[in-house]
Amino acid sequence: MSTATDRDDTATRGDSRPILEMHGIVKEFPGVRALDGVDLDVRPGEVHCLLGQNGAGKSTLIKVLSASYQPDEGTIRWDGEEVSLPTPVSAMKLGISTIYQELDLVPGLTVAENVFLGHELSRGGISQTATANSRTRALLERLGHPEISATRLVETLSPASQQIVSMARALSHETKLLVLDEPSAVLDGEEVENLFHVMEGLTAEGVAIVYISHRLEEIRRIGDRITVLKDGATVATGLPVSETPTSELIRLMTGRSIEYVFPDRTGRVDTSTDPVLKVEGLALGGTFSGVDLEVHAGEIVGLAGLVGAGRSEIVETVYGARRATAGTVTVDGKKLRRGSVSAAVAAGMGLCPEERKSQGLLLGEPISNNVTISSMGRFARWGFLRRGDEKSEAERLTEQLDVRPRGVTRPVGKLSGGNQQKVVLARWLLRGCRVLLLDEPTRGVDVGARSEIYALIRSLADEGVAVVVVSSEVEEVLGLADRVLVVREGRVVHESAATELDESRVLDLVMEGKVA
Amino acid sequence: MSSPGVTESQDAEQPARAAGPEQPHESTRRTGGGDLSTRALSLLQTGVGRNAGLVVALLLLCVVGAFTAGDRFASTDNALTILRLAATIGVVSIGMTFVITGGGIDLSVGAILALSSVWCTTLATQVIAEDTHWIVMAGVALLVGIGCGLVNGVLISYGRVVPFIATLAMLASARGLAEIISLRRTQIVTVPGFRDFFTARLLGVEVQVWLFALVAVIGWVVLNRTTFGRRTIAVGGNPEAARLAGINVRRHTVLLYVLVGVCCAIAALMLVARTTTGSSTHGTLYELDAIAAVVIGGTLLSGGRGTIVGTVFGVLIFTTLTNVFTLNNRSISEQSLLKGAIIVVAVLLQQRLANRKSSE
Ligand SMILES: Nc1ncnc2c1ncn2[C@@H]1O[C@H](COP(=O)(O)OP(=O)(O)OP(=O)(O)O)[C@@H](O)[C@H]1O
Ligand SMILES: [Mg+2]
Repeated sequence: MSTATDRDDTATRGDSRPILEMHGIVKEFPGVRALDGVDLDVRPGEVHCLLGQNGAGKSTLIKVLSASYQPDEGTIRWDGEEVSLPTPVSAMKLGISTIYQELDLVPGLTVAENVFLGHELSRGGISQTATANSRTRALLERLGHPEISATRLVETLSPASQQIVSMARALSHETKLLVLDEPSAVLDGEEVENLFHVMEGLTAEGVAIVYISHRLEEIRRIGDRITVLKDGATVATGLPVSETPTSELIRLMTGRSIEYVFPDRTGRVDTSTDPVLKVEGLALGGTFSGVDLEVHAGEIVGLAGLVGAGRSEIVETVYGARRATAGTVTVDGKKLRRGSVSAAVAAGMGLCPEERKSQGLLLGEPISNNVTISSMGRFARWGFLRRGDEKSEAERLTEQLDVRPRGVTRPVGKLSGGNQQKVVLARWLLRGCRVLLLDEPTRGVDVGARSEIYALIRSLADEGVAVVVVSSEVEEVLGLADRVLVVREGRVVHESAATELDESRVLDLVMEGKVA
Repeated sequence: MSSPGVTESQDAEQPARAAGPEQPHESTRRTGGGDLSTRALSLLQTGVGRNAGLVVALLLLCVVGAFTAGDRFASTDNALTILRLAATIGVVSIGMTFVITGGGIDLSVGAILALSSVWCTTLATQVIAEDTHWIVMAGVALLVGIGCGLVNGVLISYGRVVPFIATLAMLASARGLAEIISLRRTQIVTVPGFRDFFTARLLGVEVQVWLFALVAVIGWVVLNRTTFGRRTIAVGGNPEAARLAGINVRRHTVLLYVLVGVCCAIAALMLVARTTTGSSTHGTLYELDAIAAVVIGGTLLSGGRGTIVGTVFGVLIFTTLTNVFTLNNRSISEQSLLKGAIIVVAVLLQQRLANRKSSE
């Protein structure tokens, strides 16, 4: 397709000879055929986007590519030659680096130790800490994050910074193909932009990139070609990004045409009554201070801001999961004890946490138990669980949220990332709270299921629940919330009705004071 | 799907596929509906399937026993002896299953048992018990168990001492206290009725064995069918998620250690009845036997998954092993060696399972 003369043309950039060809890949798990004949070819220097609904098989495909899973059928050709990848190390040796959807760093090790984990620098058995540190610093600089210290413990970093460390780890090898599984889910707008700069730098050097994301606008921005997966099979491959309309992509992914819709605001929020949730002068030493927040019954309040601005900390403190250093939280006129989750729960508050794996799920337990864990009282008589009711309620909700595959007895850890997120959300929708705090509720959820989730949140609000939504997607905050608070560096810097704001105004507010 | 009254075991939801116990929860086959007998049958099948390895091990041991010791092993009397010995350590192991499932460990069970046995057989206690009823002795033992459990639990969940250390300290001090109270003397039980109650026979089996069965059944129901059990699994599996889900993790942790304390007290009463003595040397190394039984039964040492049925099999296997060795006049040292080997094999199998679990 491309010739030497149009090398500079971004639309056709990349060599016509693929560096990677996967053909007819099949991967079965007990009871699920996750991949059912997938084809993928990736050319050097291109950003190849992988699209598909939750559970379509994207993560499984790249795990086959990185040799964490062995395919049951199919061939993989690397640079024109058929290869077998028995172990992750063999994939790494070819130059395939992968950043998984779920971060896989060792929390108790330093940044540099994580970057060189598995290929530690040593001479005569003695590890060369200084060299490792300086090479890590160089990598972080190249990624545009010199502020992350190479000697810091990874557990003290924010999810976004951890993502950068994963990138540094991937780049510490000689990389020809970089695979990124939903990297932007933990990043905010500015950091996504930063990531794109890094990606552009890499493709200019001829590195091929496989990029997975549910955000179509990102794919428009960075992608060259698209492969669409549906139910474990390739439905379209090699679509040029610039020539494929969004509606066509959605139709390919979901098999139906839906608009990315937010539910109508019913506009009946009665602000004359006392607010259900009232937060006054809330502060958490060094993280945020002076936060005032009022949420009325039936109202959805959105918290916009950058990752690291302190939004998650604010909702966690309201919930009592962190102990406030100042301020009060009142629900229905009753003041809550500081730092007590039990008090918040007793007052009817619920928090859907940001980190589904570490804060939300019991991975080995069935879906149903994960959904009902916060509302067990409802299914129990004298402490004995009525498991039939429990199961049918879990079934009802997971169907409503389109959790796939169906069936609530499989362990939640076996679900795809987006489907796990839906399970966490289902837990809180089931609980029937007075106040519901949702931290990044749609992280990693596909386009189709999103509109369903928005509609559910709105219908809860219409039933009189006070809802607080934290989201890094400005569009989501503006589309879903009635009122928006913009948080910057631990302070609420702006508050107004969502209809009075638009995306660029919010971005301005969010970035203000930051060096561009 | 299934009605609330259907008594499927948790095992039934995660039945054995062809691969047997190695993949305990891959499939989602349901056994809802059906008449009682088919349901009971499928319950049996799945229960056996999941614990197939343990059943085979136990059967093998019995075969070895029958071959080497003949009728001395394969007799009703001997079977009852095995059960009697299994009862004491069994009750302790049921309690241990709960703490381990809840993400903790209790090294002090043997010491708590000793302290309970001593305190309920002091002269003062026995005098009161003779005037009133032997139940006073039981009450004293239970109070001691609850007290020790409370101390453990509060230290661990509010004092944030790691379970290993907190219960290690309890191990040392409880046995020390037992020695102080008893002056290192063996205290004989004189209260009438006490011994008779535990060693009386019901349908040919001693009451203490029935007591073990009862504790096991209650333990199974609590772990698999109640909010308490569900919370235990949550707290052990992911304490942070449990906390954010609104579970009072600290209080629950305290309750778990109190529960072990109660189990130790019950075991103490059984041991006192069997030996007619209270002594500060009772229950020595019970912590090791109990943890070993729990682990080979299939409960994850890292918490979040526990099986009472497995624990019962674990206890029976160890007790039968001891019995077979004793009947063949083999030394304690040889027993210990074999026990060690069994533990290692069981743990290796478990790790393979755990790796599989965390591969996504
Ligand atoms: N270890 C596993 N055991 C059993 N089933 C699995 C396992 N891993 C994935 N699956 C199943 O395979 C299917 C594909 O999952 P995969 O994680 O590849 O989806 P995905 O396209 O990455 O979705 P998402 O956008 O939600 O991340 C899902 O139905 C999932 O439940
Ligand atoms: Mg995925």
